[in-house]
Amino acid sequence: MTVGELCDSGKFKVINRGDDTDRQIGAVFCCDLLSIAMSRGIEDAAWVTVMGNINTVAVMALTDMALIVLAEGVQMDAPGLAKAQEEGSCVLASEKPIFDIALEIHELIS
Amino acid sequence: MSDSIELVYEVSGDDFTRAGEASSDVKKKLKLMGVHHDIIRKVSIAMYEGEINMVIHANGGTITVVVSDTDVTMVLADTGPGIPDIEKAMTAGYSTAPENVRNLGFGAGMGLPNMKKYSDEFNIESTVGVGTTVTMKVYLQ
Ligand SMILES: Nc1ncnc2c1ncn2[C@@H]1O[C@H](COP(=O)(O)OP(=O)(O)OP(=O)(O)O)[C@@H](O)[C@H]1O
Ligand SMILES: [Mg+2]
Repeated sequence: MTVGELCDSGKFKVINRGDDTDRQIGAVFCCDLLSIAMSRGIEDAAWVTVMGNINTVAVMALTDMALIVLAEGVQMDAPGLAKAQEEGSCVLASEKPIFDIALEIHELIS
Repeated sequence: MSDSIELVYEVSGDDFTRAGEASSDVKKKLKLMGVHHDIIRKVSIAMYEGEINMVIHANGGTITVVVSDTDVTMVLADTGPGIPDIEKAMTAGYSTAPENVRNLGFGAGMGLPNMKKYSDEFNIESTVGVGTTVTMKVYLQ
């Protein structure tokens, strides 16, 4: 499943579609501590987290993860959103808990 | 032998809206230079952690990156408070990050261990009241 297809699945709120829509999602990664995400983040992963700030967007780009999915109704703050728009990074959001989202995406990409 | 390239970045303290900009810029430049993906990842992780530490713990500083034929050398120098016990600071899980910074997702105490792990050469010098200089090298092959 590609980033664009996940955006269009109707399962998530699309905060920023980004310009990497043809990228294949290869894995799901869950973590809220940035320096752990920095070293463990999986390339091409959908990163499910409750951290919605500019640093999340930076870590996603530096680790080559494919998109961010904000869980638990968390919102991306204004600097984070501006950064995501500037970098063309995909950000989705959901009211669901992290595990539920991760499982859902895992099933979609398997 | 071709010339090496030097990049210099001023990192401002306590400015999270710009934190990570220097690392992102280096990543983009290395990509344009055709540096191998795995090497870029090592440089990105090591440099981002150092850059963030300067923002959080040292009120900013200067990062100098030199790309030569053989390696990428990063020197991160700050005039912050310094580190009283480097061995303790290097321990995974040790962090003095304040509450407001932890709320942003920092403070796992993994930054310095990541920097050591992802660089091929790592050196840290620090004097309390004077500042901290971290030097890291990532080999190009
Ligand atoms: N440049 C620096 N100046 C002063 N103190 C520093 C500096 N870098 C690190 N430290 C000290 O070393 C500790 C450990 O740093 P480390 O990067 O491993 O963890 P952290 O920054 O607290 O959290 P994390 O990096 O996991 O988000 C810091 O909490 C701080 O006390
Ligand atoms: Mg740190």
